[in-house]
Amino acid sequence: MSNILVANQVTKNYGNFTALNSISIEVPTGSIFGLLGPNGAGKTTFIRIINQITMPDSGTVFLDGEALQPHHIQQIGYLPEERGLYKSMKVGEQALYLAQLKGLSKSQAKQRLKYWFDRLDIGNWWDKKIEELSKGMAQKVQFIVTVLHEPKLLIFDEPFSGFDPVNANLIKDEILELRNQGATIIFSTHRMESVEELCDHIALINNANKVLDGKVTDIKKTYKSNTFEVGLKTNDPETLKNELTQKFQVTPATFKSLDEDLKLKIKIDSNANPNELINYLITKAQINHFVEVIPSVNDIFIQTVSNS
Amino acid sequence: MKNLRLIIKREFNSRVRNKSFIVMTILSPLILVGMIFLVVYLSGLNSEEVRTVAVLDETQLFVKAFDDTENLKFKQLTDIDLEAAKTISETSEYHGLLYIPKTQDLTQLDKNIQFFIEGSPSVSTIQSIERRLNSNLTNLKLENDGVDLVKIETSKTNVDIKIENYQGEQTSKMSSWIKAIFGGAAGYLLMMFIIIYGNMVMRSVIEEKTNRIIEIIISSVKPYHLMMGKIIGTSLAGVTQFLIWVVLGGILMVIATSVFGLNLEPSTMPSQEMMDQANASGMQAVLYDIARLPIATLIISFLIFFIGGYFLYSSIYAAIGAAVDNETDTQQFMFPIIIPLMLAMYVGFFAVIENPHGSVAVIFSHIPLTSPIVMLMRIPFGVPWWEILISMLLLFATFALVVWFAAKIYRVGILMYGKKPTYKELYKWLKY
Repeated sequence: MSNILVANQVTKNYGNFTALNSISIEVPTGSIFGLLGPNGAGKTTFIRIINQITMPDSGTVFLDGEALQPHHIQQIGYLPEERGLYKSMKVGEQALYLAQLKGLSKSQAKQRLKYWFDRLDIGNWWDKKIEELSKGMAQKVQFIVTVLHEPKLLIFDEPFSGFDPVNANLIKDEILELRNQGATIIFSTHRMESVEELCDHIALINNANKVLDGKVTDIKKTYKSNTFEVGLKTNDPETLKNELTQKFQVTPATFKSLDEDLKLKIKIDSNANPNELINYLITKAQINHFVEVIPSVNDIFIQTVSNS
Repeated sequence: MKNLRLIIKREFNSRVRNKSFIVMTILSPLILVGMIFLVVYLSGLNSEEVRTVAVLDETQLFVKAFDDTENLKFKQLTDIDLEAAKTISETSEYHGLLYIPKTQDLTQLDKNIQFFIEGSPSVSTIQSIERRLNSNLTNLKLENDGVDLVKIETSKTNVDIKIENYQGEQTSKMSSWIKAIFGGAAGYLLMMFIIIYGNMVMRSVIEEKTNRIIEIIISSVKPYHLMMGKIIGTSLAGVTQFLIWVVLGGILMVIATSVFGLNLEPSTMPSQEMMDQANASGMQAVLYDIARLPIATLIISFLIFFIGGYFLYSSIYAAIGAAVDNETDTQQFMFPIIIPLMLAMYVGFFAVIENPHGSVAVIFSHIPLTSPIVMLMRIPFGVPWWEILISMLLLFATFALVVWFAAKIYRVGILMYGKKPTYKELYKWLKY
């Protein structure tokens, strides 16, 4: 798989403050790439460098193998976290203006805007002023403006903030649809559940340094602790628990089950086969529940950030 | 370049479609014309009012002095004492009572004449009365000393020097005044334009910052283009407004003068003294003077200096707008704008009018921040073309430099929130 975006040792300083310290990131074509990190880690600076809003002090960013040039702006759609529109300008006029700034011709922009306005069911807003719209409504207009010029790289910074659940879902579906049509999406957010749901690749930036990146499944594999949640049905849970504690690392677990099971987390050696555990447990009790504990992105995030 | 054009268009439209712009554009000439009418009308009212002054002249020497004029009538009171005269004057609602006491010694009289009035008298009435008394008293004294008044009258002369330059062109004495008025008006106009439209640029930058649309825009265009587009678009709106004013004002004036048949000339003449000078041939000379002003140079220079000066200041305004979060924070940065502008106006009104080619005027007409205003004020007095050229080159070189600095501050500032910047901070931004 080729990479649409490659950042090579990008560094940015503001006076004595280092915002990005030699960051190298590869974003595979067609992926949904989660750019994660605590507040002030340098995500926004990195995104701004991709958008050529700020220039890096050193290092290069390549889009489709070419070092970033002004004309690349037309291939990128960017929805900033801090967003707004001209309050006293009419919706349609404003959308046309922003689309034309991205290089669309007026008629082209008009045609696509009609399509998108109908698609998101806001066709009758064309002559309204932004100040007459609610925040969520304005967000829809902004989303349209971001994707209108059909960029191959889309960057969303907290795209769901300000949306109610219904509209957030609508936008999520639109993002997935755009990916299916071939766009690559960089997704910066603090909402880990949407990262979990959408992203197939992530990079984690902390204190100006990249601390983690790769495919979500690969990362989870390296972060897995060979721990299994088990639910065991037995007449004498206390004895069984003691027995298991002597053999394995055991901690209590909580999950939903139908019976009054003995619920435990059991950690085995990293080179051990889970089947051995199952074989052992079968001899002791009825296994109602056996599942590997997969670290959530949230866990990985907290663990990495607090370690580094 | 296409984006720059789009930005200019949007900025222009958003200025021109603004309600306050439309109101200002249409109302300003109306207000101006209305005010001129009001002044003319009121001064007409003033002169139509007839005042009657009672005169109690116990000496009986000034009977001939008080002949009625259109606005000032005199009522001679005789054979009553002062108290009775006061009562009459008060009950008859006369403007006042002039009391000339009986005296043996004419030399003492000038100190003893009194005027009684309810409230305060109009200055012109008092001056008029004093003038009559002065000339009459002087004549009386001269007669008492045996001087022949007729001889004095015939010996009075009024020299009127004809001013010509060496090429034989006549000029009026008001020439300097006309030049000062034209130059001053051009300079003042430029200053107002810089302040009003520079402020618009600044407010529009702050608006984009507080709207948070700025990041969306500059992910499509270069901040430099956005800044320049804003400055150019706003300046075009200003030029439009100015042209509308000129046309509208001209039309209104023509309509007004022809419909109401008002003679506006008195109001264009600043003082009585000038009026006296502008007799029939004087008036011609004034018109001739105006025609002989370097009008073409003035207009072309106005345009060039306007563009240079406005752009120079607007880029500073834009940088200030980018540096702050809201308008109240702009105050601390206003000094670098207001001080040179005020300085230019003061230099213009004191140094240039006094001595248009003195060293102060020459120096300030070359310093870029003051040169647009000061040079415009000097041009009607005749400035060699190379001096104008040097001043323009300096202005545009500075403009290029300032825009470069402003763009740097702008580029960083538009993405900075929540910080109240200091000059030190701004200096740091230059290095980002």
